[in-house]
Amino acid sequence: MVKAKRGSGGVAVPDKKELSGRMPIEDAGIPAELTLFLSQHIGAPSKPLVNAGDEVKRGQKIAEAQGAVSACLHAPTSGKVKAIEPRYQPVLGRVVDAIVIVPDGEHALYEGVAPVGDDLQAISQEKVREVVRESGLVGLGGAAFPTAVKLEHPPGKKIDTYLLNGVECEPYLTADQKLMEESAAGVVFGFRALMKGAGVEKGIICIEDNKPDAIKAMEEASKPYPELEVAVLSHRYPRGGEKQLIEAVLGREVPPPPGLPLDVGVIVSNVGTAYALATALKTGLPLVERIVSVTGEGVARPANLRALIGTPVSYLIDRVGGFSSSPGKVILGGPMMGVSIRDTEVSIVKGTSGVLVLPREAVETEPVLPCIRCGKCVEACPIRLLPVWIAAYAENDFMEDAEKMRAMDCIECGACSYVCPSRRPLTQSIRLAKAHIAAKRRAAAKK
Amino acid sequence: MADKLLITSSPHIRAAKTVRGIMLDVVIALVPASVAAVVFFGIKALSVLAASTISAVLAEYLYEKAVRRPVTVGDFSAAVTGLLLGLTLPPAVPLYVPVVGSVFAIVVAKQVFGGLGTNFVNPALAGRAFVLAAWPLHMTSAWLNPLTMDAATGATPLHAFKGGQAAGSLVDLLIGNRLGSLGETSAIAIILGGAYLLMRGVIDYRIPVAYLGTLGFGVFIFGKPGALFQGDPLRGILLGGALLGAFFMATDYVTSPVTPRGRTYMGIGAGLITLLIRYWGDYPEGVTYAILLMNLATPLIDKFVVPKYYGYAHDALARRKAKEGGR
Repeated sequence: MVKAKRGSGGVAVPDKKELSGRMPIEDAGIPAELTLFLSQHIGAPSKPLVNAGDEVKRGQKIAEAQGAVSACLHAPTSGKVKAIEPRYQPVLGRVVDAIVIVPDGEHALYEGVAPVGDDLQAISQEKVREVVRESGLVGLGGAAFPTAVKLEHPPGKKIDTYLLNGVECEPYLTADQKLMEESAAGVVFGFRALMKGAGVEKGIICIEDNKPDAIKAMEEASKPYPELEVAVLSHRYPRGGEKQLIEAVLGREVPPPPGLPLDVGVIVSNVGTAYALATALKTGLPLVERIVSVTGEGVARPANLRALIGTPVSYLIDRVGGFSSSPGKVILGGPMMGVSIRDTEVSIVKGTSGVLVLPREAVETEPVLPCIRCGKCVEACPIRLLPVWIAAYAENDFMEDAEKMRAMDCIECGACSYVCPSRRPLTQSIRLAKAHIAAKRRAAAKK
Repeated sequence: MADKLLITSSPHIRAAKTVRGIMLDVVIALVPASVAAVVFFGIKALSVLAASTISAVLAEYLYEKAVRRPVTVGDFSAAVTGLLLGLTLPPAVPLYVPVVGSVFAIVVAKQVFGGLGTNFVNPALAGRAFVLAAWPLHMTSAWLNPLTMDAATGATPLHAFKGGQAAGSLVDLLIGNRLGSLGETSAIAIILGGAYLLMRGVIDYRIPVAYLGTLGFGVFIFGKPGALFQGDPLRGILLGGALLGAFFMATDYVTSPVTPRGRTYMGIGAGLITLLIRYWGDYPEGVTYAILLMNLATPLIDKFVVPKYYGYAHDALARRKAKEGGR
């Protein structure tokens, strides 16, 4: 067992995992309509391979990846393509084209879906990479970065360690925890496949100490493989951030943006991603479903659901007994980095790890007071920035000063806003600065 | 959809600690020192503390009403300022001293510069400096003997200590059975309050540790007239207002640096200036001016003492390589 080092900054957040942590994973079922956004994440949108009126089956590819950072899409169930039309994508916060499928209830499997095998010795590195590409695999921890891009790293880079991220440091969320508890063998198989695909010899499974059952299951499942280790980390937000995890487990720091983990010889993937790859290899089924924690004090019966990609949020909330009281906020993801949505008719994407409902009384907004310079944001920042100054510069439109204070390094974890006793929206102000600086850089690049 | 959903930028939850909660913690932490003051100096102490606290809150309320700003007395920061100022005054001062001091602290040092968060010096200490300049006699001779509460003649223990004389038993210094300002005599009461603030995460240990460490070390070196390395660091810390200043004044958020390393420098600087005033100046005590001067240095410290960001080592290496390549 690897003993983790202490990382920089961070905050103590409430756990709240007891709400859904004891609930076994259950199937969410098939909703009346699925919305599959061609833009599931940043990068180029995928190109549709079907037309309105086409019949599709579960696992059939319906859109092809385009460009370097892109992933393909598959039909999560059988049915008819109703339309390809613009719909609101809640995570990107804009309207993008989406394939809308009306399920026929048959859940018929596509004929092309066939197992690759469950013996990793017999599967080549190239085959693993192909399966990752063809399955539309993306990081399931939240950012949904295409996994193929990570595995097919440039030849010059020497990668010595693969980290499997089972930290799940966001309060409330238990999707990764339940997956590790219930399907440890699958996760370990998928992780070893990821390592094979990337050509990495050493793997470390990283879990926070508030998930003892998951730790036990993963230690058990990884025991036969000497190349695998389990690292137990103390519970502190945002421990599960990629950069924070690398710092805590390996004592390395990733170079500032545009630096990547592979610059320090590391790849990080989420446990959900590993499990999805295991499924693709063993059954041939591409990434068409994922575990979603539907939780929070605002739902009647918090649960962990295996949901089809494209399922409407309202359907998932109904599946757990609906709202328990008047809802104040519905959040895709966790309470620290999740996106609040205005309308529960929107659909989940590949990166949606949770649907969190906070009751109305829990979201009463407090007035924003002047900064008292307490410095708690400085202590909390895991990137060791000075949120107090960056936010002040951003609020007063001194964007160049915000840039000099390294606003672009901010990972938007929300720790600074969380601790602020004056309730200042520091993260939001820094986001504003980042958007300004990025626009300026784009304009400069065009010239 | 039953009700409209709220949309905000993340994060969607906040820590429990608020400005008001922090200020309340400071008030709680000042209770032991205030109680000790009343035990040793009786009704006089009570009236001075009440006068300074009430006039500070009233001054804030009236000023904000007058200039039509939102009234902020509910955040308890004015009460903290008033109480702190009262605790730095000698027990037998006429009551107009705390009143004028508090009004100056709130109106001139705090509100004129924009209120809580934008004042550049510690309001309580600015108020104390003002009354020290206005009524030096009261401020340096209005002592009372503890417990008997009769007017005291002669020098305070700090004065005597400066002259190289013994300055009372350690037990008396710890419990507060000595001449001195209201809140500075009982070391145990101050340390109790300071420990509470540290435990609650309200203050950073760096400022008091660096301040008292620097002061103690300096007293050890220079504390005995005519000889080096023979001073008494413990009495150097316990006498005068260093403890109160280190835990309650120098740690004031608004007027101390925001970075951990900057706070260490703040403590060291305040310790050095206190030593300078005590041993090479005419004043018996230097805590007030030491902290006020470090308040003025705070923007400078904040500008230059910046933590090394995540990934800094890579940039430093790249810069070094670029430099070598250029040669």
